[in-house]
Amino acid sequence: MADFKLIGKDFAPPDLEAKITGRARYAEDFRAEGMLFAKLLVSPMPHCRVVRIDASAALAMPGVEAILTADDLPEGRDAPGDERALTNEPLYEGEPILAVAAVDETTAADAIDKIRVELEPLPFVIDPLESLRPGGPDARIDGNTAVRDEDRRTVLQSVKWPEDVFDAAGEDGFPMGEPADEWTIGDIDAGFAEADVIIDESVFHQSQTHHPLEPRSCMAYWQNGKLYAYVSTQSVARTVSSLAGGVGIDPSDVVLISEFCGGGFGSKISGSVNMPIPALLSRKTGRPVMLRVTRAEENYYGRARPGFQARIKLGMRADGRVTAIDMFIVQDNGPYGLQGDHSTAGNMVHLIFQPANMRWRGITVFTNTPPRGAQRGPGGVQAVAMITPLADRACRQLGIDRVEMLRANLPGHDAVMGPRLTQLSSCFVREALELGVERFDWASKNMLSRQRTGTKVTGIGIAASPYTAGSFEYDGLAVLTPEGRLRIHQGIGNLGTHSIADTARPAAEPIDMPWERCDIVWGDTSKHLPWSSSQAGSQTTHAHTRANYAAGLDLKRKLQEIAARDLGGAPENYEVAAGRVFNVSDRSRYMTLPRAAARAIELGGKYDGHELPEDLNEMTVASATALAGQGLMGVAKDNFDRGGPLQSWVIGFARVEVDVETGMVDIVEYLAATDCGTVLNPRSLGAQLHGGSIQGFGVARSQKWVYDPQWGVPFTKGFHTAKPPTILDVPLEMDWVAADLPDPYNPVGCKGIGEPPMGAGAGAIVSAIEDALGGDVAFNRTPITTDMILAALERRPQPYRGLTAHV
Amino acid sequence: MSNVEIITATHRAVSRRSFIKGVVASGAAASSAGYLFRGAATAFAQTGAQGAVERLVSLNVNGQARRVDVLPQDTLAMVLRYKVGLTGTKFGCDRAECGACTVLIDGVPHYSCSILAHSVRGREVTTIEGLASPSGQLHPVQQAVMDEAGFQCAFCAPGFIMAMVGFLNTNNNPTRRQAAEGISGNLCRCCDYNKILNSCMRAADYVREGIPTEVS
Repeated sequence: MADFKLIGKDFAPPDLEAKITGRARYAEDFRAEGMLFAKLLVSPMPHCRVVRIDASAALAMPGVEAILTADDLPEGRDAPGDERALTNEPLYEGEPILAVAAVDETTAADAIDKIRVELEPLPFVIDPLESLRPGGPDARIDGNTAVRDEDRRTVLQSVKWPEDVFDAAGEDGFPMGEPADEWTIGDIDAGFAEADVIIDESVFHQSQTHHPLEPRSCMAYWQNGKLYAYVSTQSVARTVSSLAGGVGIDPSDVVLISEFCGGGFGSKISGSVNMPIPALLSRKTGRPVMLRVTRAEENYYGRARPGFQARIKLGMRADGRVTAIDMFIVQDNGPYGLQGDHSTAGNMVHLIFQPANMRWRGITVFTNTPPRGAQRGPGGVQAVAMITPLADRACRQLGIDRVEMLRANLPGHDAVMGPRLTQLSSCFVREALELGVERFDWASKNMLSRQRTGTKVTGIGIAASPYTAGSFEYDGLAVLTPEGRLRIHQGIGNLGTHSIADTARPAAEPIDMPWERCDIVWGDTSKHLPWSSSQAGSQTTHAHTRANYAAGLDLKRKLQEIAARDLGGAPENYEVAAGRVFNVSDRSRYMTLPRAAARAIELGGKYDGHELPEDLNEMTVASATALAGQGLMGVAKDNFDRGGPLQSWVIGFARVEVDVETGMVDIVEYLAATDCGTVLNPRSLGAQLHGGSIQGFGVARSQKWVYDPQWGVPFTKGFHTAKPPTILDVPLEMDWVAADLPDPYNPVGCKGIGEPPMGAGAGAIVSAIEDALGGDVAFNRTPITTDMILAALERRPQPYRGLTAHV
Repeated sequence: MSNVEIITATHRAVSRRSFIKGVVASGAAASSAGYLFRGAATAFAQTGAQGAVERLVSLNVNGQARRVDVLPQDTLAMVLRYKVGLTGTKFGCDRAECGACTVLIDGVPHYSCSILAHSVRGREVTTIEGLASPSGQLHPVQQAVMDEAGFQCAFCAPGFIMAMVGFLNTNNNPTRRQAAEGISGNLCRCCDYNKILNSCMRAADYVREGIPTEVS
């Protein structure tokens, strides 16, 4: 591994000062001359058909400029029934039906009030199991689930399970009818026969709204035939085509601006479904249009994690080795798309425990609740939160230490994952576990388990959480200018992880460019950005350290060639350091980097971007072509060797105090131990580990998703009711430790880390709360609410279905 | 002692009840859409709809007198963002749940989404844009955040920083728990609370002892 000057060091990201002085502009902070405001009319019921819209009174109001309905949307590439910005058949309460643009927001809202919409109520369903019952309602007219055809298009089906499936399950049991998908490894019957203890439980994991702090507001206008769109998105390069598709224009006619994004967590991967609304209203009116999104609207169409209802059976040998796992997951899909969380959950459980025998079965079912999407560790969080307490219970029954159990199961360097037993690129979770055990002082802390001081009982929890951590073959683009600065162009989004800066640094390493002389260009597609990964699934750190390191190596190669050409000798006789490219055997033969950049422009061709590698993406080609002649260009596709799929890990260690009189839980200590390859930026890594873990605390304890089963309407539309964690819900100090072992296939060793902390946080807290309450309490539902803890203390039965009242 | 100041200042401020009464009186509360922006004669907004009652008031924002057309139902946050052009103050929830719109009024943190603009006439409003000196010298709290690389997406940062400044005005030598309680009216969805608390503790040092000359 090379000796890095920037990688592995703390630094303040260059956009931080703008963020803390109020200069950073998020989508709603942009203004344009003559800007109108849009408001939406959203569905007041969970499923209905729009029969008639009478907007005459609204349109007659002074100041009302335009209305946009689903009929005004362009023919998209979507299959019929796919989600669009507006609809004539709302499938959940809050789905946008139409939009109005007016001179100000109050006028737009008054106009919305004056529109008469006739709606025909249709059957709806909130609980997937209700939809699977004989005669149960389908969330969509054409069905309650779907498969993909050969063209990857969604084909709807109506699936009902026979009555006897439900009868066999009983009132509180979990019905297991025909799954839509399944896989098996080994022989599960033989595996369970080998087990010394079998845990077999029905488990509920609720859906959960993302609730990024910045609502997905957007502003748009048209200029010289091009759409200028100011949006909130996690990705930049990868949002252009989704917006263009929604507006019905060519991606080359979009200028997308997203300099800052106020959080997404998977809900803004390629922008949002509402982005075309201001764009189309602007085209109608000829004026800029701002759509401010409210918190309640954010709850409606801002995405949510799919909930699971599951039956999980786990067999464990006396030495802690898991011999067999059998999972059946019914997934709450929301009304659109086909979510894969339930399938991923099977892979994650397999990866954690490496059982020789495992069966996974699942079905995803439409409901008339907000659309689901990827949420940080999609499928992984649910998997870890659900299986961790089951494995803990097996340990309690067998009398073995949970760390010993993890040691007996967690994969080594030869880790395999899922039904095809796919070999990973790297796996150092065992190293991370041992570091964590030592740092947390597991042996001593575990002695505190169930000790009572006053009304408080201590619980100790631990959970292992893997998730995907990389992708390949994106492009790096950087220009060394004759002024001696390195401009690193980033097509990735600035979603808050600091990866916009962290992943730029590998471009500077090969030419020893001081960070003070580097500038990052980002957030505006008119500034010529390279083709990039989506900022999702923790791909970015891995994909773009590779891509930008490739661009950095390209810069170095070209510097060596230019120096050899002008100063004699072979390119490999030259090295780059301290602002010079110099001959290694005669350091007096050198060229400064600014001089070499000027020479690159004189030489032209590949040196200044007039000739480009043939394997670049067309977006990178367009951007590099526009930048040609400005300096020495480093541009390359990531063609580094690749291993198997990337997975990073977090082991969460938690100590909680449960008040046995009030049922309140204090999380008093938390440590995240990680394997994420080489540490790229320690402080940002700590932020990801802690922030993600705390979001997991919300899964375990506080954050709520509550629907009225009778009317199909949500109770938890705002922060006060949804209850994401606050600064008082977390330990006063949190700790982390990293294995810091390089992934062998990444030239700088890094893997992504955004996803896995959330499952670790959720699992460790669930584990700790159960531990505090002793051996015979089983919580099979998250969040573990205070009333559940009090019920457990009073030996009353535990619920395992979702919340139907806001407790 | 420090709490007394807060209580007094809060008492002077508009209570939530009188805020709602004010909105109702202005006739704007019937709308489904709650906290809205009514345009006025500013650079970016359009002429208001017919019948809009407007009046010119003088607001003291970041030490400057600003003459603004303010409608009776205009919130301070809306006026700051859309009439004064200070977009550092953010909307996260529109209804006093998240604190992203926190500003100082006479040195005390308030949710500006829930304060009527006309009620702050004659009082000193400080927003995130008003913290650094005109020459660009960061406020000690901002410098502390820089030195801790606090915040991730930072949409909550302006509100949190204003809350920190207000809290440290009342207690510049807090324990970590006091600091957490002091800024607990603000929400960070990235949950970067550990670094936010590190920043607040460092900020207390800088407020008390000055910003070290040799800052990394």
